[in-house]
Amino acid sequence: MAEQARLIDIYIMGRRCQVPEGLTILTALEYCGYRMIRGCGCRAGFCGACATIYNFKNDPQLRYDLACQKTVEPDMYLVQVPFFPAVKALYDLEKLEATGGKVLSLYPDLVKCFGCNTCTKTCPQELEVMWFVSDALRGDIREVADKSFDCLMCGLCAARCPQGLVPYNMALLCRRLYGRYLTPVSEHLEERITEIEAGKFDADIEELKKTAEKELRRKYTERDMEPALEQHWE
Amino acid sequence: MYPAYLEESIHLVEDTRVRRLLETMPSLDEMGKNALLKLYHPDYIEASMRQLQAGVNKGDSTPVELADLLEGNSRINPDTIDPSKPDHNVDVLVIGCGGAGASAALLANEEGARVLITTKLRMGDANTVGAQAGTQAADRPNDSPAIHYLDTMGGGHFDNIPELVEVLVRDAPSVIKWLEQLGVNWDKAPDGTMHELSGGGTSRRRLHSARDYTGLEEMRVLRDELRNKKIDYLEFAPAVELILDDRGQIAGAVLINLETEELVIVRARAVVMTTGGIGRLHIQGFPTTNHYGATADGLVLAYRAGAELVFIDTMQYHPTGAIYPLQILGQLVTEKVRTLGAQLVNISGEQFVMSLEPRDIVASAIIRECRERQLGIGTPTGETGVWLDSPMIDMIRGEGTIARELPAMVRQFRRHDIDITRQPILVYPTLHYQNGGIKIDTEGATNVPGLYAAGECTGGVHGRNRLIGNSTLELFVFGRRAGRVAAQYAKAVKRGSPTMEHVRRWQQELAKVGVAGQRPVSPRLLPDYVRRTHGQARQAA
Repeated sequence: MAEQARLIDIYIMGRRCQVPEGLTILTALEYCGYRMIRGCGCRAGFCGACATIYNFKNDPQLRYDLACQKTVEPDMYLVQVPFFPAVKALYDLEKLEATGGKVLSLYPDLVKCFGCNTCTKTCPQELEVMWFVSDALRGDIREVADKSFDCLMCGLCAARCPQGLVPYNMALLCRRLYGRYLTPVSEHLEERITEIEAGKFDADIEELKKTAEKELRRKYTERDMEPALEQHWE
Repeated sequence: MYPAYLEESIHLVEDTRVRRLLETMPSLDEMGKNALLKLYHPDYIEASMRQLQAGVNKGDSTPVELADLLEGNSRINPDTIDPSKPDHNVDVLVIGCGGAGASAALLANEEGARVLITTKLRMGDANTVGAQAGTQAADRPNDSPAIHYLDTMGGGHFDNIPELVEVLVRDAPSVIKWLEQLGVNWDKAPDGTMHELSGGGTSRRRLHSARDYTGLEEMRVLRDELRNKKIDYLEFAPAVELILDDRGQIAGAVLINLETEELVIVRARAVVMTTGGIGRLHIQGFPTTNHYGATADGLVLAYRAGAELVFIDTMQYHPTGAIYPLQILGQLVTEKVRTLGAQLVNISGEQFVMSLEPRDIVASAIIRECRERQLGIGTPTGETGVWLDSPMIDMIRGEGTIARELPAMVRQFRRHDIDITRQPILVYPTLHYQNGGIKIDTEGATNVPGLYAAGECTGGVHGRNRLIGNSTLELFVFGRRAGRVAAQYAKAVKRGSPTMEHVRRWQQELAKVGVAGQRPVSPRLLPDYVRRTHGQARQAA
């Protein structure tokens, strides 16, 4: 089927190649004989390994995307992005305070942001990167956690930041602080852990383990099913 | 954007939507389920399986694609390797770095062991990041670990190893807490109550999620913690063989640098195998949801070292893989879409299965609808599938639910001009998970002294069919246990002299049964998707 599709010209590291319409950047590279080692991970848009930069034959403006998700277009110039090093602060989460001051002390380059918005334009997930950088500057960890939540940590924002900020690692710090310190504790989870440790369910589980398969099948078929739709869905 | 010829069927889906909102499909009884599986589930196609002729599981059936690799030839010549001259010398070597490997490394480190992680791709580029829907843990008042146990046994057709299931359900709530202590952001109400959903085959709402990026959220936190703890790691360095000593204990592994093709010798007192799944073997030609490196390497290495495998004749085909557009063929459409209320419907807009049956049942029903009943929907590239009616979700749970709960799915389809809040999704089963694998006990120990395993490369906990949200759970439950116990074992073990004798013996066995010449080298390491053109001289992979 791919063989019947219309062929389009793309350029891989400057070499002209013809590929069928409808391939992704990743499958187009493979179609043209490149066997991936780096720059290929989940192949489904979740791991960020295939973050890539491209432009067009007569349009020098750089564009950014995930090679496994982006469909090739005529006259695309493709490169493979090599490993890109980025700063990551080392810390002991248990000894941190969830404050903006702490985030700033671990990622002091934050103050160098001059608002060019390159990070936002670069993000293949279309996140408002510059906005969450400014949230971090204001010490609003909750907002950083929320706005950065869909980040794949592909690293393109850091690779392109003219001031050397590392928004994706900074945002991960904020999300971890938020999860560890700023979300309310789940009482029901704590209770259940205490109950399990106290052996509350030991007898029930032991009985099920001893139950003969036929009887276990009956119990399974007859078990009551909680409705999938919550009573108080917000 | 859908091609124009599909509009008629999309209209039927829209026209029946309000009626279907009130229509409940009955759950199948046990006989109905068994009949459906036997006729339509890919595991039951006998021609797709072969009996192993060599090794511990000789006589057991497994898909031919896996059989070839399990009976494969070693990538190394044992005579040219001196395992007593290691490049690295550690207490615990963790092979593979998804959720299970990361958990094992953190716990082994906590026990004071010197840990080295080695991974085929980058740290964390694993199936874990693609897990969208959630992690099960019975922590709501109307739920209990015993109910979780029963759901899991039933989902696995009661073939699960009970002791492993018991550990899985007991440890679950504390695993959720452990992850939160590390900074995982669970979906919660303002009062701290976990926001939990049902899944296929769960009788309670028990799925803990982080939007539809649950596995990604878990993995990126664990990976960050590995770096904070300064645990050593090697990337693009998969293992090609284990090393044993003259007492038959684990003594390390031989790795290969994928870029330079140099071999790397690691001496280790204990090894934790966390290499994950098998999807890139494309069993029976199915597309897969799995990551690029999912080629069953851990099974091959462990098997050659004498570890027993279990349930290697059963794979999980996720009911809802994308079939349109072509760019995302086989990629996961999370079960959370059905969990939130979307129904599966055929070309006429009719339901044909209760959408929250366990995965093997739903997958079989979709295959029946397309193959036998001919009520599937064809794509321009020759695939056939059924509709997953996502727009229902906002009708049931309110406008904005899809955008809030399924941002990854909305984003993925929007790239191809499909708005899943307004249009249904075309799906067909896709190879998702290996139910079986290396046999372990409740601490992750295998029958080879010093070899531990956790996660998808192991078998037993899920029986013949895994439930939603039990895989990410398994990673942390058994990863943590295996890491801790491997570190303790490493402290106590008396080491022998390392040798590659088991590889020599393996090659002799292959020669004796007469298959050595017909089998490929293994482990596979990476799939080969490169198009071959005529006149192209290329070395065999």
